[in-house]
Amino acid sequence: MTLALPSGPAPAPRRQLLVGSALAGLAGTTLIGAMLAVWLLERQQVVNAGERFPMKYIIPEVATNVMLITLFGLCFFAQWAVYSARRQDRGHTGLALSVVAILALAFINAQAFVYSQMEVELAEGVYGSLFYALTGTMMAIVIAGLIFTVVAAFRTLGGRDWQSEIVSAHALYWYFAAAAYSAVWFVVYVTK
Amino acid sequence: MEQSGTGVGAGSALLSDGRIGTTVGAVADWSTSTDHKKIGRLFAGFGLVGLVAVSVVAVLRSLDAVADLDAFTGQQLDQFAQLHHFGLAVMVALPLTLGLSVAVTPLQVGARAIAFARLALLGFYMWLSGAILLVVAIVNGGGIGGSDSDMVDLSLASMVLMMIGVVATAISVATTVLTSRAPGITMRRVPFFSWTALVQAIALIITAPVMVGLIVYLFVDHRNSALAFGTSDSLADWLPRFFSAPVVYIYAIPVLGVFAELLPVSVSRRHPMRQLVFAGSALVGVAAFSGVTMQNDFPVDFSAAGQDVVKSLVVMAFFVGLPLLGIVITLLTALLVAKPDGSSSAKPRILSPMLFGLLSTLLFLLGAVVGVLLQVVDLELAGTTAVEGSVAIVCLAAAVGSMGGLVFWAPKFSGFKRDEKKVLPLALLGALGVVLAGVPAVVAGLADSDNTLFSTLSLVGYALMALTVLAFVGATRGGTADGTTNPWCAHTIEWSTASPAPADNYAALATVRSSEPELDQTPQGSPS
Repeated sequence: MTLALPSGPAPAPRRQLLVGSALAGLAGTTLIGAMLAVWLLERQQVVNAGERFPMKYIIPEVATNVMLITLFGLCFFAQWAVYSARRQDRGHTGLALSVVAILALAFINAQAFVYSQMEVELAEGVYGSLFYALTGTMMAIVIAGLIFTVVAAFRTLGGRDWQSEIVSAHALYWYFAAAAYSAVWFVVYVTK
Repeated sequence: MEQSGTGVGAGSALLSDGRIGTTVGAVADWSTSTDHKKIGRLFAGFGLVGLVAVSVVAVLRSLDAVADLDAFTGQQLDQFAQLHHFGLAVMVALPLTLGLSVAVTPLQVGARAIAFARLALLGFYMWLSGAILLVVAIVNGGGIGGSDSDMVDLSLASMVLMMIGVVATAISVATTVLTSRAPGITMRRVPFFSWTALVQAIALIITAPVMVGLIVYLFVDHRNSALAFGTSDSLADWLPRFFSAPVVYIYAIPVLGVFAELLPVSVSRRHPMRQLVFAGSALVGVAAFSGVTMQNDFPVDFSAAGQDVVKSLVVMAFFVGLPLLGIVITLLTALLVAKPDGSSSAKPRILSPMLFGLLSTLLFLLGAVVGVLLQVVDLELAGTTAVEGSVAIVCLAAAVGSMGGLVFWAPKFSGFKRDEKKVLPLALLGALGVVLAGVPAVVAGLADSDNTLFSTLSLVGYALMALTVLAFVGATRGGTADGTTNPWCAHTIEWSTASPAPADNYAALATVRSSEPELDQTPQGSPS
């Protein structure tokens, strides 16, 4: 058994959370990019076979457009949280993070609404499995962002030391989520 | 008592009266530790277990072919083939190299801990549970062409679990190198091994999610309708893309770092062209684009019209040729280091870990050359055993190189410098095992032959690999612990801390002023 040497002073912060979030965003980008690529490939095969894509389903475009606007708005409020956190403004940081969480919940609610309106059958045709796999992954990304927001709120508002970096990292994640959904929205709901 | 930083120390102490208590305490300490050195060794340890298991499976396959036993059904042989193929990539090469990166990189860059240590530990458990579930699923009729639909689904879900774990750990490694370097360690001064760990981590971060996305589609479709991608047989059109050359090169990138790190130590000299080694290992990372684009087939048909040959050559050169060029550059710059120039009075030493690194890099080169040959249509190697041979050579080379790294950095992990006389022959035995395990399959593909001689040689090769691992584990128990911080007279910053390194790595760190701060302290060294 060995004795550990006493710890030295903590290293200076080097934007670890921000870089980690950027790398997670990079991973998410290739995830969504690959899924969209496979979607386009499969759609082309269906179209080449002379069938319609997305078959018989009607997309509720108002809801899907509102989802896109929600994510853009969410990014605005996430940036407000960053602005407030850098000024150590507890009230505004808490308020901004709360609005971010509510908008994320609204996005999830709207996605559930889209599912209920479209009534896509999973076991019926090519479209069902592609649709639920892609939009389900997108929803998982938003749920992960919601958890990130809650953690950022606890770490910022409840921690002993004021930490604004996690709020910046969380905002960066939402920028990635908004960009990813923009691509999903364009491919799945606009060009179909 | 070794500091674990886990909060289980009190519980361990209560149980420490007896042998069982000590064992339980040690298991609890290891399984919950956020010390990167333990997480990395857990990864590598299970990678070695995976290597023995895969070797046994390969021996059983070859034995059935050689002795014509008919002991296994066709489906069982298919399952063996999948366990062998997938296992080499994600249960052997990947955990060994990634584990070594987790264990060593924070020490090398002067960090007190790995970035997001709990994420790295979570990544390990996700990989481990995914690997176990994958084996269970394939054995019970899952995998490609599996007969049990639920087990096919389980095998797909377990692959997703593994890959998410790998991405989580890769994010920890990359963030450590990018953000946690000690004062003075600029990116130009990052040690070779840490650089290759960074290249591998970024390659995994962009490649593994592509595989996850594809498998999510396959899972949802197979679970419900199997209309978009077809039945379990059609998985063969998609999954092998991530377990074949050139994507598997990503799993072996850190062995270049082991070699580049150790050769200058062997000759007690600075590497004169560090940036070229950086460029070389980064070029191997180009293999990641093959994974991102889900393509591993870049055929070049020399019998076609000239313009078509040039077009296909350009594509092939980018995806398969550049990684090969990267390995060649790393080896050529090594010649510059090894060339005597009279500037150093120290005699070159044959270090056992350096031999592991050199042999694994040469084998990696061989695997990459085979990878290029696979693309030549005129050789008709596609779909033959040569494909399996190329994967075996690269993945087993990664395993041999990782063993070298584990020997080299053992003083920082356990305080013991391994006995060179015991370890050195294992490098040769391991390399021989790789050659026999992989090359006969390539030759059989080239000769378009199913001669049992090739299967026999392959059987011997995998048996040697299993023997090498078992002997390696035996040889790496104990050794000499004289308390010196730098028993190899190595050059990088991790050799300035105690052996074994404490849980938080460094008590204090001076500003680093060169790429080889430890060499600067010796008579032959002067700051660069």
